[in-house]
Amino acid sequence: MKAVPLSYIVRNLWVRRVTTMLTALGMALVVYVFSTVLMMSEGIRATLVATGQSDNVVVLRKGAGAEINSGIDRAQAGVVHSLPGIAADALGRRLVSSEPVALNNLPKRGSGKPSNVTVRGASEVGLELRPQVRLAQGRMFRPGTSEIVTGRAIADGFAGAGLGETLRFGGREWTVVGVLDAGRSGFDSEIWGDSEQMMQAFRREAFSSIVFRLVDAGDFERTRAAIESDPRLTLEAKPEIRFYAEQSEALATFISILGSVLSVIFSIGAIVGAMITMFAAVAQRVGEIGTLRALGFRRGAVLVAFLAEALVLSLVGGVAGLAAASLMQTVNISTTNFQTFSELAFRFTMTPVIAAWTLLFALCMGLLGGFIPAWRAARLSIVDCLRAA
Amino acid sequence: MLLLRLLLKNALRHKLRTVLTLIGLVVAISAFGLLRTLVDAWYAGVEASASTRLVTRNAISLTFTLPLNYAERIRAVEGVSGLSWANWFGGVYITERNFFAQFAVDPSTYLALYPEYVLSDAERQAFLRDRQGAVVGRKLADKFGWRVGDQIPLRGTIYPGIWTFTLRGIYDGAGANTDEQQLLFHWKYLTESVRQRPGAASSKVDAVGIYVVGIADANNAALISQRIDTLFRNSLAETLTETEKAFQLSFVSMSEAILVAIQAVSLIIVVIIMAVMANTMTMTARERVAEYATLRVLGFGPAFVVRLLAGESLLIALAGGVIGIVLTFPLAGVVGQATGTLFPVFQVSDLTLVLQLLAALVIGVVAAAWPAWRMSRVDIVSGLRQVA
Amino acid sequence: MNPGTPAESSPLIRIRALSKAYQRGAQLIPVLQGVDLEVHAGEFVALMGPSGSGKSTLLNLIAGIDKPSGGCIEIGGVDIADLGEGELADWRAANVGFIFQFYNLLPVLTAAENIELPLLLTGLTRRERREHVHAALAMVRLSDRSDHYPNELSGGQQQRVAIARALVTDPQLIVADEPTGDLDRVTGGDVLALLGDLHRQLGKTILMVTHDPKAAACAERLVHLEKGVLLSDGVGLSS
Repeated sequence: MKAVPLSYIVRNLWVRRVTTMLTALGMALVVYVFSTVLMMSEGIRATLVATGQSDNVVVLRKGAGAEINSGIDRAQAGVVHSLPGIAADALGRRLVSSEPVALNNLPKRGSGKPSNVTVRGASEVGLELRPQVRLAQGRMFRPGTSEIVTGRAIADGFAGAGLGETLRFGGREWTVVGVLDAGRSGFDSEIWGDSEQMMQAFRREAFSSIVFRLVDAGDFERTRAAIESDPRLTLEAKPEIRFYAEQSEALATFISILGSVLSVIFSIGAIVGAMITMFAAVAQRVGEIGTLRALGFRRGAVLVAFLAEALVLSLVGGVAGLAAASLMQTVNISTTNFQTFSELAFRFTMTPVIAAWTLLFALCMGLLGGFIPAWRAARLSIVDCLRAA
Repeated sequence: MLLLRLLLKNALRHKLRTVLTLIGLVVAISAFGLLRTLVDAWYAGVEASASTRLVTRNAISLTFTLPLNYAERIRAVEGVSGLSWANWFGGVYITERNFFAQFAVDPSTYLALYPEYVLSDAERQAFLRDRQGAVVGRKLADKFGWRVGDQIPLRGTIYPGIWTFTLRGIYDGAGANTDEQQLLFHWKYLTESVRQRPGAASSKVDAVGIYVVGIADANNAALISQRIDTLFRNSLAETLTETEKAFQLSFVSMSEAILVAIQAVSLIIVVIIMAVMANTMTMTARERVAEYATLRVLGFGPAFVVRLLAGESLLIALAGGVIGIVLTFPLAGVVGQATGTLFPVFQVSDLTLVLQLLAALVIGVVAAAWPAWRMSRVDIVSGLRQVA
Repeated sequence: MNPGTPAESSPLIRIRALSKAYQRGAQLIPVLQGVDLEVHAGEFVALMGPSGSGKSTLLNLIAGIDKPSGGCIEIGGVDIADLGEGELADWRAANVGFIFQFYNLLPVLTAAENIELPLLLTGLTRRERREHVHAALAMVRLSDRSDHYPNELSGGQQQRVAIARALVTDPQLIVADEPTGDLDRVTGGDVLALLGDLHRQLGKTILMVTHDPKAAACAERLVHLEKGVLLSDGVGLSS
């Protein structure tokens, strides 16, 4: 079946510029919302996934779900520390870190609104266990002191958390001696201090979690079985990557469901707009349709021509919306992660998959909006078209 | 009136286009209303706050507890008329998906501080007498089909183990925005069980999550809050006391980014449909250039033409707006059901209705603005020559 | 009849008992009733009659853009009444050239692109198509306007482009529905002269519906229709 030339299709869109722009604008806005939501969800996942190392293992109290709900007493911690299969660093230190985690309600810079910030009792070993975390400014805290280092998002976003400033909690003043760059992972939103000092300050007798690295990542199953079957322990072990992936599940899923539902609802508006435009285009060009059919173009060619016009229209809108959404990548946002109850800074993240889904969504809108008008155009009889022209 | 008849007839001339535009408007206005209702639902706890209640929590964060022995000292503070306490339990009922709030409270004092939870005397007594008893809100009971006397098992996350409660009463909320999706049980039961279970950290026993402080005079809220916090400054557990409203607001601000996004998006939908409608009106105007020119020839001024276009646009917009508003209610009902316990209160507010109507009006006016302006300026001669 | 035409050759168009009726609600309105007509190759025929006589309907049926209710239409040996819609479209593309009263050019295509349209339905390469278009433009003497859009051309020029489009596939039959209907006397005369030239030089078979006596005068045979029935079939002024 011979097709109507593409130049005919594209030029018709150009000739009715105002209408084309308005319709494409409606679609672009819907696409923008759709894409941004996916990017938000992806940004949360990406941040938390970047937080996990493939050969690290996280141990929590069984059934706790999050570090703040978990308690591991010193005796149990000791048992985990002495497990076989734990790697050692160049200095011969075992790469295992028992960490108390607490939430500190701190006011943000500017707005003064309070938000829960994760405070982690760490150590040099803890830093080694997270190779993606480095010191961007200043130095690491000295063990046994009231010195702390803050993640970049916290240093920027919260009052008193910048280099050289002081925070007050747990009955004492803490000096920020360094700022961490955690490579856009969850640790950018944390405050680290000496583990024992934190235990004292928060009057704790139990750690929240234990992180260690295995010599051989393949050993995980055996190690996990050993932990979970040990009668002295009421703990569970997870690969760090999975632990953090689970931490983002609820929030990321909530956002993507909310956003997708909204996008679908909005798309009805854009589809209606496309339908109105295409119906008008068909009505205006009834004479041309008759001419093309008289010349010998098939009904199918007419259908495809108008459908293609709708698709080109939606592609224009889709690309515009995608471009606008891409700009969002420069925006830093943060929110409280429902599961950990603490602040998480992240970015809108664009991926090729999101771009592909977005364009597909745009094309679907064009298809749905353009189909009925195109089908109607193809159904017209030649004689009626010519008479109506 | 001639103008109105003209508007109506014109709007119906192109039925398909008008119907499609209406559909777009209805979708946009009801979506706008739904989103606003979603935001309102987020703030529901704030709205339900009483000005005569304060909340005292650990100054570090909500995840830290306060000692039980603070109770007497707080009660003794000048201006305090009532005191209770509550711990967030955070248990799981069968699966994580059945999320709802559970609090371990001191029953007699808590219910006294929350008169909006209405319980029959018999049920109240039964609850107070049974240490393992619980009361739930009406909406929660309806959702799970619970009846008084049922056993409700919860899997603890903060307090490990399986906890079983006997349902002793179902309360009704006094107002439309009272939370009826909570479960309340005895704080003593929690604390005794913690004491007995193995591996209990002593810090968990006799540990209170928050104190709820009743005050006689709402105007003294700030003063009394300060008094309480001064009492415990430099102690092992410093406190932060604020009005219940401020306390609820701090939860809302945690999701601030999401809320701002939702509000931005609700504006976007209005803009989308404005673009669609502007398109419709532009097309309509273009088709009728010859008619408008004719009217001008007959002596009607440019203002009449503007009124024709703007009037038609407004008529369609308002029609779509009203239908959209009417549809918002059943839709809110459905969404409210679907989100269930996440948003205990899901009500369409009066302000939302007003804003929806306003949005429809604005859409109608803006959509017609440029076409109407252009048409009023159309050169009569060239207009007459144009064949649509 | 044209003295150059052999009397024994079979007609290009043979129509027998052609009828067409339209359904208007419950009523069946007859437009053509039992029409018999024969047209030989190379004839220039004018179809005339008052409005409502069915002349345009007859033209549409012969051109294959409408289906008869009864009877047969044989063109070049093919009974087009029997063809399916797709086959009819293909047949039209290969065999018929159209000239309409309002030119029916696509406004977003240039003159050359409009003329090229029918060629897109053939298997010709782009270069071959361009050659055909050039030739057609030369024939209607509009080679210097090939890149102009219809709104940049006068009515007469637009109709000449339409004629070029009708010729470009070298069809058996040219059908013209009121070709001078929208043109002034002078321009109309030019177009008719062009049609006459093409008829004489290329030997095209032309079927023209008109109520303009001046146009009828260019044809060699006049067929009169009234109320769906063939009234007379006679010799025209140019035979």
